[in-house]
Amino acid sequence: MVEKFDAIVIGAGPSGNAATYTLAKQGLKVLQLERGEYPGAKNVQGGIMYAHELEKIIPDFRDDCPTERHIIEQRIWLLGDDNYIGTNYRSESYNSDTPNRYTIIRANIDKWWGERIRKVGGLQICETTVTELIRDASGKVIGVRTDREGGEIHADVVIMADGVNALLAKRSGFQGEAAPENVALAVKEILFIDPELIQQRFGIKEDEGVVIEIMGKVTKGMVGTAFLYTNKESLTIGIGCLISDFKEGDCTPYKMLEDLKNHPVIKPLIEGAEMKEYAAHMIPEGGFKAIPQLYGDGWMVVGDAAHFNNAAHREGSNLAMASGRMAAETVIALKEAGKPFVAGNLAAYKKALDDSFIIKDLKKYRELPGIMHANKQFFGAYPDEITQAAHNWFTVDSVDKRTKEVSIMKSFVKRRSVFGLVGDAIKLVRAMR
Amino acid sequence: MHIVVCIKQVPDSAQIRIHPVTNTIMRQGVPAIINPFDLFSLEEALRLKDKVGARVTVLTMGPPMAEASLRKALSLGADDAVLLTDRKFAGSDTLATSYALTSAIQKLAEEQPVDIVFCGKQTVDGDTAQVGPGIATRLGFEQLTYITKIEDLNLASKEIVVQRRSEGGVQVLKTKLPCMITMLEGTNTIRFGKMDDMFRAARYELKTWSRDFTGAEEAKVGLKGSPTVVSKVFVPKPRAEKAVMIQADGTSPDALAAAALDAIFAAQPKLADDLLARAAAGL
Repeated sequence: MVEKFDAIVIGAGPSGNAATYTLAKQGLKVLQLERGEYPGAKNVQGGIMYAHELEKIIPDFRDDCPTERHIIEQRIWLLGDDNYIGTNYRSESYNSDTPNRYTIIRANIDKWWGERIRKVGGLQICETTVTELIRDASGKVIGVRTDREGGEIHADVVIMADGVNALLAKRSGFQGEAAPENVALAVKEILFIDPELIQQRFGIKEDEGVVIEIMGKVTKGMVGTAFLYTNKESLTIGIGCLISDFKEGDCTPYKMLEDLKNHPVIKPLIEGAEMKEYAAHMIPEGGFKAIPQLYGDGWMVVGDAAHFNNAAHREGSNLAMASGRMAAETVIALKEAGKPFVAGNLAAYKKALDDSFIIKDLKKYRELPGIMHANKQFFGAYPDEITQAAHNWFTVDSVDKRTKEVSIMKSFVKRRSVFGLVGDAIKLVRAMR
Repeated sequence: MHIVVCIKQVPDSAQIRIHPVTNTIMRQGVPAIINPFDLFSLEEALRLKDKVGARVTVLTMGPPMAEASLRKALSLGADDAVLLTDRKFAGSDTLATSYALTSAIQKLAEEQPVDIVFCGKQTVDGDTAQVGPGIATRLGFEQLTYITKIEDLNLASKEIVVQRRSEGGVQVLKTKLPCMITMLEGTNTIRFGKMDDMFRAARYELKTWSRDFTGAEEAKVGLKGSPTVVSKVFVPKPRAEKAVMIQADGTSPDALAAAALDAIFAAQPKLADDLLARAAAGL
């Protein structure tokens, strides 16, 4: 006999977990299918988790959620060849009982979330891959087929939370292939290190964390960023660039990561650490313009699979959690009203997204991906010029300050021309508003 | 027919690291799996179930987290699962473990007599290969270890014919049930469970048995019942030398192979002589 559920959620990442948990807590009959050996087995985010969205879904998550360190300091660095210029923001107020941001190792979080899902009555089945959506004669999605014998399962609605590749939506014709300039490839390592050393090097206490977001010459002019996060007893370091740039360039991701690890300002921070894990993952970077169709008869798509990622602010998992919750709330409302799960009714999900920070933020930065992709100077010439300018300015060598100003200005103009500089300024403003 | 399969949850030994200072095993973050040797026995039990019909009960002793291993076994097709868990069992060595498991098997036999007990050949964390034979001895079952194939099982005459790997050959053994079998690794491949079994495993209400329930004597289990003493823990020196990068010109397979052989023979001159001598002798 074919089992029937109120909803099937595909994937046990942040968006799928948010959807499943919200549905199960409301008492709906929900099945979550995950292809990995355990929830989180395929998830490599590592990771800043923003508490606010998780708190909305699980208010008491801090009781037992395996976070690493709460973040009290954010650094933003622009790397030159052997230097960096940057800003830090550190606040004692982040040491509250309810911190806003945590470093995490995603796999641990999703395992924990799986237990929470089971506690509220959600059914989570791992090691099971959904191979296709099942549709009725009218084309409405009525269930899924898995790779197991007797794998047909029915549901009123299917929520696809299967990650950046969005294989099911693509296979079902709901989405096209993602353009290489809309997807980044990021590689990262978890470096095992004595917690005492982390605390010394970053000037923090136990449980306190520092994160560094990095741009600059280390991406060799490609559109990309790097990061270094402090975990409990490890450091996460990674770098990612657009796939289209990797394709054109001659630098491999792992070579870039090695260069980052050997950069003179990074090396002392990770000295003596032992590599524990190496991972690579794709990140949707296309922003607002890359968002696919989000719902249809009997289906919705959430999280990375819906391309919800705010590249400018390095926010992804909170958009994933929020979208998963909104999809679930749409299902709950329709179920209560006794309405069918057809596209017209599921449009409420799109409406909720539009009214939220998800679409508002992505819309604000809608020009950013295109402008960055077309203007590589932001990743090559500018980091070079700015770090050199800082070097010139801060080096005391009996050259008068007026002469220094002129020489710095000349260097910028020589590199980009006056028109170029003005044009770049306009582009940056356009990208950000 | 009633088959009991004893399994053990172990840390995935492929992912274990040793703490550089204390020499202890760092279990943190290491996934727990079913002892890989147990899977060959579980699969053989499930094949017997498919072939002649049987009720397959999986049994494990361990902390509450061992539940995951039992559910995994259920998802592969086992019918029932029993978790033997009690603080009093903690610290049991192989003598105490085989006693505790035997007490649970005897309890299971009260519901339905047990015809075959399957155990893993050994565990990957203890490597003793003592628990299976220990159970067989306590139950008075015939012992069939290192089995590569079950040739025949006659339910009417309660006879089983198996192939057993032994030094220098294969033994074909015939014996009466009940018996205890440990399968040799590589003799079968664990199956991919059916969707129905995945659902059943996720929803199954696990039986959790305590020492009191099975009636095992307190003095014979846990640290009290374990004469084994760990006198010292040390990390063996790695046998392998550090990997050497070999420089080779060109990309032709012959050139690469020649470069690799040159490097090997430079490090192992005797090996080169031996091979040349064998080649000369036409071997």
